[in-house]
Amino acid sequence: MLHHTVLRVVSKLLIPVIMLFALYVQFHGDYSPGGGFQAGVIFAAAIILYALLFGLDNTLDVLPSGVLQGTAALGVLLYAGVGITTVLMGGNFLDYNRLAADGPTGQHLGIFLVELGVGITVSSVMLLLYYAFAGRGSRP
Amino acid sequence: MISSAVTLQLPALQVALPLISAPLGLLLRRHRLVWALAVVVCWMSLAISWLLLQQVLAEGTISYAMGGWAAPWGIEYRIDAVNAYVALIVTGIASVVVPYARRSVEQEIDEGRITYFYVLLLLCFTGLLGMTVTGDAFNLFVFLEISSLSTYALISLGRDRRALTAAFQYLIMGTIGGTFVLIGVGFLYVVTGTLNMADLADRLPEVTQLRTLHTAFAFLVVGIGLKLAMFPLHLWLPNAYAYAPNAATIFVAATSTKVAVYALLRYIGSVFGPVISYEDVPFGEIAIILAVIGLLSCSFVAIFQSNVKRMLAYSSVAQIGYILMGIGLASKTGLMASLLHLFNHALMKAGLFMAVGCMFYRIGSVRLDDLRGIGHSMPWTFAAFVLGGLSLIGVPLTVGFVSKWYLVLAYLEQDLWPLAFVILFGSLLSVIYVWRVVEVAWFESPSPRAAEAREAPLAMLVPTWILLLANVFFGVQTELTVGVAGLAAQILTEGLR
Repeated sequence: MLHHTVLRVVSKLLIPVIMLFALYVQFHGDYSPGGGFQAGVIFAAAIILYALLFGLDNTLDVLPSGVLQGTAALGVLLYAGVGITTVLMGGNFLDYNRLAADGPTGQHLGIFLVELGVGITVSSVMLLLYYAFAGRGSRP
Repeated sequence: MISSAVTLQLPALQVALPLISAPLGLLLRRHRLVWALAVVVCWMSLAISWLLLQQVLAEGTISYAMGGWAAPWGIEYRIDAVNAYVALIVTGIASVVVPYARRSVEQEIDEGRITYFYVLLLLCFTGLLGMTVTGDAFNLFVFLEISSLSTYALISLGRDRRALTAAFQYLIMGTIGGTFVLIGVGFLYVVTGTLNMADLADRLPEVTQLRTLHTAFAFLVVGIGLKLAMFPLHLWLPNAYAYAPNAATIFVAATSTKVAVYALLRYIGSVFGPVISYEDVPFGEIAIILAVIGLLSCSFVAIFQSNVKRMLAYSSVAQIGYILMGIGLASKTGLMASLLHLFNHALMKAGLFMAVGCMFYRIGSVRLDDLRGIGHSMPWTFAAFVLGGLSLIGVPLTVGFVSKWYLVLAYLEQDLWPLAFVILFGSLLSVIYVWRVVEVAWFESPSPRAAEAREAPLAMLVPTWILLLANVFFGVQTELTVGVAGLAAQILTEGLR
């Protein structure tokens, strides 16, 4: 790998941009096309590109599959946690209006957190799927 | 004050509670802790569904606006006697199976994967409950996929390598089924512009002449038919049940096809309504013909199985035949018999699979050859199996008798004598396959494995007997099941309005 200078340089240029684009899609999802699912896939694609070029072992050092399982669970918990919070604040499940003093702010906050949860889970699961196919998952 | 606030949130909690516990379980990691969490969650879900049923019986249909968005724009959870009853079946079975699962799973699944087993079971539980309580056609599809995907993975956890091919086969068939459901829902959306079931029920009678509507009906029936193993779409089922880990088989066999039957009932009874389903489209005739063929052929096939789990799996397809026979009749008594059999078949099949699971725990096999003489070394377990078998046959004082009685009654009401005889003949066939096991286990000299076997551990035996005593209890005390099933059948024959 170390000899493929072109691939190495180009990927080093591309990976941060892909990640930045994923964050853009994530956080701009409530105004324009995009959202947690797309952003999660794009973010995972950046890391998969890294894994393709620099090998799975290096990738596993950065993101072990145990950690990814944790983040995958955390994303779902964030989503459901928002739902439970709205219930505790006296509304229905996922009623974002309750999250802030006025409705629109609450809706913003709610969809922001929920989509973040979706993004985290989707990118973790995409990577776990890649690890499983690349043959070095956390299979006991 | 607080209690009334909680009561209002029960429909959401019914689904949200297991949904949250699944990722929590993944974070807990230690499989004993995850098991304890799963037990608590299942019991709490049972309590919730019981409270919901009481609320429905007292106050009528409950409507819950997800996220505060009013139906038909938002997702509505709509609970009436039909789905409160089905939710009670699902949570009731889960509450008994999960405590039973601990010993069985520790023996059958690799240490590192036990946590995944419970997480998948909780996800499957979430999906089934979601399908049950939702009042939104697309939401039902999403939950169908959640339950299906987790079921594929649950089946593939089996030690037997054939579990992998069984899971793959189910994956392909189940995905086709799920896609058909999605296409059907898509067509309904095209002709009406709505996804809310109650709203669909209002709008569909205006467009009955459209070919699209009939196409949607066909896609939905075939799609859901694949999930509920309607003959001849049942080919995935025998292998899936036979090679999955025992605890997974019990849970899936007792709940997943039942919820799929519920989805079918909801579509034909409430969404399309009896007029479209039975008069515009000949669903009743098709269902009865397929049910009779399925009932007789799968009972025959069951007689020749050498693997007891496969035998019970074929018997499940045959029992689905009884349920479809009741649905196809389009009468209130027929629907009531089907709904009763949902509950009763869940009880008897779970009980039988649990008894088989106990035998597998001790001798590591469920082949008839290895079960020779097991009735002597494991008397309590085998007595449970016999009781479950009697219930399957439909002997009086068991639940099997109650539902078959109403089914025969429904057919006699319509003067369909020959089909009433088919039902009795089906029972006769089940006598044969149950007897084969009894004969081998009680009257033959013990196989080497059976001779060494001891009685199953109490942690497994007690849940098994709880379910089998429930078979007898609900066979004698029919007030709850017959009452609620009658009410539910009333709702389904009237449509949603």
